[in-house]
Amino acid sequence: MSLKKFFRRSAWDDERSRELDAYVAIETDENIARGMSPADARDAARRKLGNATLVREEIYQMNTVTIVDAAWRDVKYGARLLRLNPGFALVAILSLALGIGANTAIFQLLDAVRIRTLPVKSPEELVEIRIAAPVGGRTGQFSGRTPSLTNPLWEQMRDRQQVFSDVFAWSGAGFDLTTSGEARTAQGLWVSGDFFKGLGVSALLGRTIAAADDRRGCQAPPAVLGYGFWQREYGGDASVVGRSITLDGHSFDIVGVAPASFFGVEVGRAFDVAVPLCAEPFSRGARTALDKKDVWFLGAMGRLKPGVSMEQARAQLAAVSASTFQETLPAYRPQDAKHYLEFKLGAYPAGTGISQLRRQYESPLWLLLATTGLVLLIACANLANLMLARATAREREIAVRLAIGASRGRIVRQLVAESLLIAAIGAAAGAMLAQSLSRFLVDFLTTSNNRVFVALTLDWRIFAFTAALGVLTCVVFGLVPAIRATGAAPGAAMKAGSRGATDTKERFGMRRALVVAQVALSLVLVVGAVLFVRSLRNLMTLDAGFQQEGILVVNMDLRRTGIPEERRSAVFAEITSRVAALPGVASAAQAFIVPVSGSGWNNNIVIDGKKYTENVNFNSVSPGYFRTMGTPVLAGRDFDERDAPGADKTAIVTQLFARKFFPGAAPLGRTFQIDEAPGRPQPLYRIVGIVKDTKYTDLREEMTPLVFFDAAQEEKPDPFLQVVLRSSAPLTSITPSVTAALGEVNRNIIVQFQTLPSMVRDSLLRERLMATLSGFFGALAALIATIGLYGVMSYTVARRRNEIGIRMALGADRRDVVRLVMGEAGALLVAGVIVGTALAIAAARTAATLLFGLHPGDPATLAIAAGGLGAIAMLASYVPALRAARLEPTEALREE
Amino acid sequence: MPKRGNQPIQGEMLQGTLDLLILKTLGVGPAHGHTIAYAIERQSEDVLQVEHGSLYPALHRLEDRGWISSFWGTSENNRRARYYRLTPLGRKQLAAQTTRWDEIVRAVNRILRPA
Repeated sequence: MSLKKFFRRSAWDDERSRELDAYVAIETDENIARGMSPADARDAARRKLGNATLVREEIYQMNTVTIVDAAWRDVKYGARLLRLNPGFALVAILSLALGIGANTAIFQLLDAVRIRTLPVKSPEELVEIRIAAPVGGRTGQFSGRTPSLTNPLWEQMRDRQQVFSDVFAWSGAGFDLTTSGEARTAQGLWVSGDFFKGLGVSALLGRTIAAADDRRGCQAPPAVLGYGFWQREYGGDASVVGRSITLDGHSFDIVGVAPASFFGVEVGRAFDVAVPLCAEPFSRGARTALDKKDVWFLGAMGRLKPGVSMEQARAQLAAVSASTFQETLPAYRPQDAKHYLEFKLGAYPAGTGISQLRRQYESPLWLLLATTGLVLLIACANLANLMLARATAREREIAVRLAIGASRGRIVRQLVAESLLIAAIGAAAGAMLAQSLSRFLVDFLTTSNNRVFVALTLDWRIFAFTAALGVLTCVVFGLVPAIRATGAAPGAAMKAGSRGATDTKERFGMRRALVVAQVALSLVLVVGAVLFVRSLRNLMTLDAGFQQEGILVVNMDLRRTGIPEERRSAVFAEITSRVAALPGVASAAQAFIVPVSGSGWNNNIVIDGKKYTENVNFNSVSPGYFRTMGTPVLAGRDFDERDAPGADKTAIVTQLFARKFFPGAAPLGRTFQIDEAPGRPQPLYRIVGIVKDTKYTDLREEMTPLVFFDAAQEEKPDPFLQVVLRSSAPLTSITPSVTAALGEVNRNIIVQFQTLPSMVRDSLLRERLMATLSGFFGALAALIATIGLYGVMSYTVARRRNEIGIRMALGADRRDVVRLVMGEAGALLVAGVIVGTALAIAAARTAATLLFGLHPGDPATLAIAAGGLGAIAMLASYVPALRAARLEPTEALREE
Repeated sequence: MPKRGNQPIQGEMLQGTLDLLILKTLGVGPAHGHTIAYAIERQSEDVLQVEHGSLYPALHRLEDRGWISSFWGTSENNRRARYYRLTPLGRKQLAAQTTRWDEIVRAVNRILRPA
């Protein structure tokens, strides 16, 4: 039997039927010739042929692989049934798709940032090297995303260690691709010579950076491009090797391209271009950190030598620590130096890479995975409920089919096919949903200056797991009742009419339990959603001490302008006044630190010779800053021309500073000093004004004492300038005129714009993610639970038609009937809410650290969630209740 | 329709016999289903009655094996009918099966009428 025939069998069948018709025609002709009447002749011919359908069927069978054919027919029949019950099909498939899709998406992301190992050679041998103990106590400057070591420390460690076959260090940095105008940043990486060798990554094109490239004072360092950057910027052109690239104004020779799978060592980021560590002075100039003992900017890893255990590595690093730290002691104050000399280096498994994304998002992601797990549970409960309802509804159909001769096995097979069809469509939709949801998540986490890169592939393990769970739910709850139904005598099932004979109390009890579970679980999710949404709202509406709307932040890089250090203050003032004078700009001022940007500058202070241990935050601003930011000056004055470079140093402090350090006294006119390192000047600052408290690094933090200095009194400013400006005009119309104004001052200024509201939004990314996703899943869960309750109540009403009819005939009015139905729905709901509240209070504790201004067991939140869910659910049960009340008693009774 | 003369044999034709008879009938020339049945009945003097329930599946089976092929033609009284003809493979089969049939008949006879 050929496959061709299998697929052509219906064409064959047509052919046969024509052949048989021809036979009847010929036989009829002959019969007429024998003298029969045409009608008799035809009948006789038909009789002679016998059962033509049987003949055709026999031939059809010969062309058929029975099982495949039967299965195909089952699927077709199942599809037809689903089309006839679009509501059932839609709810079942959507429940499955959402449950499977959401779980797969979140798990994929979690796997990518948390579990998956780096795509390098033997990642399990990789070890991160950083200071193990004692905690804290490092002072100085920190930069980059893994500020574990200073360069002198790295060099000492590299030369002293004996447990690693390779050690390497790196630091992430933004490299500017332009030389003037608006900045274009590439994700750069300074790497030590053995970085690629140590990771076991070889180049896709050309070569990687080798040990010989990383020599102090290197003049023509090479650059290796990341795959994504190579594709984006060069369209994947192979001739790029040998060309040059300008980074921070210096030309580098491109020597190779890294393979596509290699994104660096930081999960969640993809490097664009890597250059040797010796090229760092090209970017930082005089501020190079290569010899600074208090600039922490390097991360370090090593590859364990064969046979060396993690314990041995730790022991050896601890053993070399004393000499390493002794050798690299910065010019610290005595107590800091003591602390520094106690440091011990430690080794940590690094097979899964380093990740800031992981630190920030690991607990939210686990929480979201738990959330989607609950969604899947609710979806399965709903599916089980639907399947049970359907099995009950089809008892009669099954009885009829059994009665006319279908075998039990055949019917069960049919039901399995239907369940599998739903499961398959649901799973396929889930897989698609998973991909778009993952992409949505990655896009959500990507902000203007933080491009998130996560290698996402459909995770077959989790997909298979969730899909299997869905299929199992479908099959178990669809099939078990059906098999029991096929066991009943067909006669009994048919006689019982619309009330199924096997519709036992347990089965309906099961459906009620499922609804209670759904309500309880969705209440947990709704409580979570309300908690996160209210946290976000609290953060968005809190009084930060400044007005973020309409503020544009302008970042300027003046490194390539050639303006000498001593003239910078004057140029900064000129730029600020030019920007302030632009049409559409209400005011503008310099700000060393923009609030909520995440940057900070702090130290201890000394008042009248007395040292305070509490940290005080600092900022350096120019006159007009408070007006621009909308921060009220409560007493004293703003900075002005009196605070000139040579004049007495002045400062403006916040209310909290005043309360903390001058309790009960008038702080205006009082003085303090910064507790600088020995040997550095400690000028006196006189307080000339008091302003309202403002948030500093982060909206989530408590208000801290804060001091503002006048930027004009800064003696040796760095070649970077930050200006905040307030404007009511659209910001797109302001940026070109700012760029033009800067060009008039100096053509080599590189500028970058950001709005303060977008910075605030970015700083609340985690909160927004949690609020958005938990809100979405909470609404979804509530919807599914509502559908479940509606289904059960509709079914109750249908089942109790007779009873309701009798009650109405005996004098119950419509209100009584509504009350009866709603009472039952209410009981289910209350049971669900009680269980759900207990679960929610327990579950919310795990999310406590992600909340702001709220207690996990916040009663108002619980009330809002339970009230909202209850209202929707009662509304959904009101529909069947109304249907019951509209029942005509006579009709309901006549059916009996 | 009651048949005169010999008692017709129905529904118990030996397995494989129908195939052989069809091949033999087609050995004369192409024919359609009706003619084949008619010819078998006539030649056996109505002893063998061809059940149409078996004829058409048998034709299909033979065609499937490549022993006969089919085409649409016009019958004696101008009706469209599906004709069958023997293929070269079918002709070989006819010879082989005839020989085989003779062997079986001889063997059965030796048992029924021992010399």
